[in-house]
Amino acid sequence: MLLEGKKLLITGVLMDTSIAFHVARLAQEQGAEVVLTSFGRTMRITQAIARRLPAPAPVIELDVQDDEHLDTLADRVGEHVDHLDGVLHSIGFAPQGAFDFLGASWEDVATAMQVSAYSLKSLAVAALPRMSAGGAVVGLTFDAQYAWPVYDWMGVSKAAFEATSRYLARDLGPKGIRSNLVSAGPISTTAAKSIPEFDQFARWSEHSPLGWDVKDPVPAAQACVALLSDWFPATTGEIVHVDGGFHATGF
Amino acid sequence: MARSEQEILEGLAEIVNEETGLEAEEVQMDKSFTEDLDIDSLSMMTIVVNAEDKFGVRIPDDEVKNLTHVKDAVSYIANNQG
Ligand SMILES: NC(=O)c1ccc[n+]([C@@H]2O[C@H](COP(=O)([O-])OP(=O)(O)OC[C@H]3O[C@@H](n4cnc5c(N)ncnc54)[C@H](O)[C@@H]3O)[C@@H](O)[C@H]2O)c1
Repeated sequence: MLLEGKKLLITGVLMDTSIAFHVARLAQEQGAEVVLTSFGRTMRITQAIARRLPAPAPVIELDVQDDEHLDTLADRVGEHVDHLDGVLHSIGFAPQGAFDFLGASWEDVATAMQVSAYSLKSLAVAALPRMSAGGAVVGLTFDAQYAWPVYDWMGVSKAAFEATSRYLARDLGPKGIRSNLVSAGPISTTAAKSIPEFDQFARWSEHSPLGWDVKDPVPAAQACVALLSDWFPATTGEIVHVDGGFHATGF
Repeated sequence: MARSEQEILEGLAEIVNEETGLEAEEVQMDKSFTEDLDIDSLSMMTIVVNAEDKFGVRIPDDEVKNLTHVKDAVSYIANNQG
């Protein structure tokens, strides 16, 4: 099994449509022990959804905007597992105002940046005391090379997120810890549906050599599992596209 | 064995009570989740997920927006229960 004996911290499980839910499910099927995070009022949803996983998984609280949660994360993880082999960052949020590029306030943009980009650094640093050589940090991006319709400041946050992963790769590399991202095509999850006019992305399939199913989070989750495994030992600062090949072709 | 609408209503009222603290008796067929019971979208998500587990049904996101009143949820569950 790909993740035999590995211990993973998985953020971002909200519903059973969440990309992170499928990472947790596949990771357990591949032999990993999984600790989930959720926060605030969504804790109860995550706890109910966690019962749909193949094996039980504890849910600990982590709001990436809360310094106390971050400062105590390693200790609270330690109540369930003694170390971590991998961490999945599957967190994204922007206030509705951030989806109006020219009109957005700095306050809305700052929230989007903190939750969707800076949090990769915060999470990695918070988990670091439990990690050692061979460990992996994996996150999910939406290709930030382009200015998309409606994605607006979330897109700018993803550009910062991608850069954050490269700097993490630089600074965690000497400790033997990798940082990689999966750049997923559009998937209709709770977060995606909160983006105005997400339907526009349904066209993705027409322009992807392999086609693309917005209802299927599994291919992105499989890539996350692969990057969390020992099979990418010399890869860091990388972005793996799981998008049906969309990024590689013009019309 | 299929549950009656009355049993589903009682089960749903319990879930609503756990999530919101509303008295179970308040949860009546003709009540609107948002207008009368003051349930926001996050609470609605929690209620839906718990109802799915309790009644063995799947309530897709696209369906949830049609379930504006308690009676809509009860009849959806009655017609789709496993
Ligand atoms: N769905 C897509 O089309 C798509 C495409 C590419 C990348 N992604 C990325 O995948 C990741 C997961 O999103 P998803 O599509 O599975 O949606 P989702 O709604 O299921 O997951 C988003 C998660 O972010 C969490 N979150 C939000 N604010 C938080 C905070 N302050 N602290 C901690 N957690 C917080 C939510 O609780 C939720 O679990 C995100 O980074 C998203 O940008 C999604």
